[in-house]
Amino acid sequence: MASAFEYAPAPESRSVVDIAPSYGLFIDGEFTEAADGRVFKTVSPSTEEVLSEIAQAGEADVDRAVKAARRAFGTWSALPGAERAKYLFRIARIIQERSRELAVLETLDNGKPIRETRDADLPLVAAHFFYYAGWADKLDHAGFGSAPKPLGVAGQVIPWNFPLLMLAWKIAPALATGNTVVLKPAETTPLSALFFADVCRQAGLPRGVVNILPGYGDTGAALVAHPDVNKVAFTGSTAVGKAIAKTVAGTRKKLTLELGGKGANIVFDDAPIDQAVEGIVNGIFFNQGQVCCAGSRLLVQESIQEELLDSLKRRLSTLRLGDPLDKNTDIGAINSEEQLTRITSLVEQGEAEGAERWSPACELPDAGYWFAPTLFTNVTQAHTVARDEIFGPVLSVLTFRTPDEAVAKANNTPYGLSAGVWTEKGSRILAVANKLRAGVVWSNTFNKFDPTSPFGGYKESGFGREGGRHGLEAYLDV
Amino acid sequence: MSDKSEKTEQPRLSVFKTYKLYVGGKFPRSESGRVYEVTDAQGRWLANAPQSSRKDARDAVVAARKAFGGWAGATAYNRGQILYRVAEMLEGRRGQFAREVADAEGLSKSRAAAAVDATIDRWVWYAGWTDKIAQVVGGGNPVAGPYFNLSSPEPTGVVTVLAPQDSSFLGLVSVVAPVIATGNTAVVIASERSPLPALSLGEVLATSDLPGGVVNVLSGRTAEIAAPLASHQDVNAIDLAGADEALAKELEIAAADNLKRVLRPQPVDDWAATPGIDRMTAFLETKTVWHPTGSLGASGSSY
Repeated sequence: MASAFEYAPAPESRSVVDIAPSYGLFIDGEFTEAADGRVFKTVSPSTEEVLSEIAQAGEADVDRAVKAARRAFGTWSALPGAERAKYLFRIARIIQERSRELAVLETLDNGKPIRETRDADLPLVAAHFFYYAGWADKLDHAGFGSAPKPLGVAGQVIPWNFPLLMLAWKIAPALATGNTVVLKPAETTPLSALFFADVCRQAGLPRGVVNILPGYGDTGAALVAHPDVNKVAFTGSTAVGKAIAKTVAGTRKKLTLELGGKGANIVFDDAPIDQAVEGIVNGIFFNQGQVCCAGSRLLVQESIQEELLDSLKRRLSTLRLGDPLDKNTDIGAINSEEQLTRITSLVEQGEAEGAERWSPACELPDAGYWFAPTLFTNVTQAHTVARDEIFGPVLSVLTFRTPDEAVAKANNTPYGLSAGVWTEKGSRILAVANKLRAGVVWSNTFNKFDPTSPFGGYKESGFGREGGRHGLEAYLDV
Repeated sequence: MSDKSEKTEQPRLSVFKTYKLYVGGKFPRSESGRVYEVTDAQGRWLANAPQSSRKDARDAVVAARKAFGGWAGATAYNRGQILYRVAEMLEGRRGQFAREVADAEGLSKSRAAAAVDATIDRWVWYAGWTDKIAQVVGGGNPVAGPYFNLSSPEPTGVVTVLAPQDSSFLGLVSVVAPVIATGNTAVVIASERSPLPALSLGEVLATSDLPGGVVNVLSGRTAEIAAPLASHQDVNAIDLAGADEALAKELEIAAADNLKRVLRPQPVDDWAATPGIDRMTAFLETKTVWHPTGSLGASGSSY
């Protein structure tokens, strides 16, 4: 790609954060070895460099952590809400103070661009703690009765795509409502959660209120199945979500699930094209498309297909892929080799089924896990790339003629998490948004988040909402 | 002059009712051709109720799905009017339902009449909720940015309801009304031992302006009918009120296959107590719609 102006490298310094060669589990306010001494390594997906060695929690550790959380529950839930609020405000402030460290750490461990961790993830993380801190002493005004009670010990399992943000979504409302937590971060991105343990210590949070157990799927399964867990919260794949729903069947555990999606981004012929193109790019290439609410299906009105695709391709040619720590980088690394394999195989299947693949000229680094931004045209609703969640930087383009057809195609999926609508016509926005079966509808924008706004899916995208007043319900006995 | 000598002192022979299912606004017999004996609390025969099959259950889902768009899309005011109309129809049939409830549950006449009155009042209560629930559980969110967003509740879709086994009419209405008040459509499995008030309710619903398919009533063996409904891919939610512990667990596992919303059995000591809004919110989704306010994207320009 020849360009009139080349960018000079502008790397963020990684010296702002100290990564220890090894980390333990965080149980009852202390870092500790796993009972069976198992460890695993976490690598930087952009370089494959080993960042640290992490203790891997087994069943005995899960039991220890749940016991610690149970012990802490009595005093924590009995604290006046105003006092719990102050702890959460402290945490929000410490995260703000240390957000540069955390942004670099997150980028190293996850592979996403520093531009995103610095400008999106971290501000939202702090905002979530700040928002829910304010609820802690106002729960009797939240609409769940005059004295809503916490549930007890919350077992929380979070994914690798927004490691710290998902932690904030889970821990902030749980603590505000008086629950204690045992949280399992994903095996490929445990570092920011362990850093967060240190934030809890700095904030003086009582022992056992927050416990962090890095590990693989079996650790999460043990946590979900533990008989003394009262509440299970999971964000991740629909397949695992279904397995968890079966595990908690017949118990009294309260369950919320935030699962997969295959979001439709609908562009009508009167849409503001430049803004729509930005929205499409943001919708599917933000965090390399590793976003459950990504706008991975572009539904474009037939009459403007050519114009829109030309614009989109031009725009994709300007995206910069490379070192995630470089402040000019738009597209970082895929989180893991496993995920890269999955993306690659789904894309190959798309080609094999006859969809037309396009990527801008794009050089991929030698080390690390990379995938160029990719478009599929000539896609039908039956194609795998139009049905399965790819969780990567891959956009499938379909067309429609009438608003009804757009709605029918958008809803033609077992998922129901997000959708986008682009048109200048207000009545059309409202009519279409009304008919879309999705938990979040972005009109003339995409991928916007805010702690005050409930987020969650219809149908097989899961149940329950996170964020806002609605997010409290998952952690209260209502 | 007629011959009066043949006049007898025999009491009039009453006309029995053939109880039928209520599916898609019609009154079919069970596709299986099966019936089972329904008795009163003393074990005396009352009627033969249809014993629904899994095919009946699937037909009911088709009817409920077909009715969903229109019912969910109706204005809340309209839904409220129709629910209130059901109460009006019930009011005129208080005597009939009091007899049926007394037979079904072995209640005295006065207690059965009280249960029916409470049931009618419950319909009225839910009729008033249709156009208020969105204001209570939805609202605008104060977003930190140049965006306007609104969260509104929407119905989940087709809901399977296992009516409570003990309270054949008040319990039934207490679990059905909240489901449809919010715009869902329902496939209801009546109390297994006492299905007659539920089947008679179908006759009331059919004459209450309620579109066919919004409520579908099946009678038979709860476990047998519930199993295909819990695993049905076009059912969005299930209320397990009428399931015992073992059945509830089995159905909850089956329901996980398409991530149905599950309302587990809740202990209810007194069906006459004022219900909260939980039975409505259990079958509502929250949709949040965002729109920029003024700012025109990355360029920084604005209106």
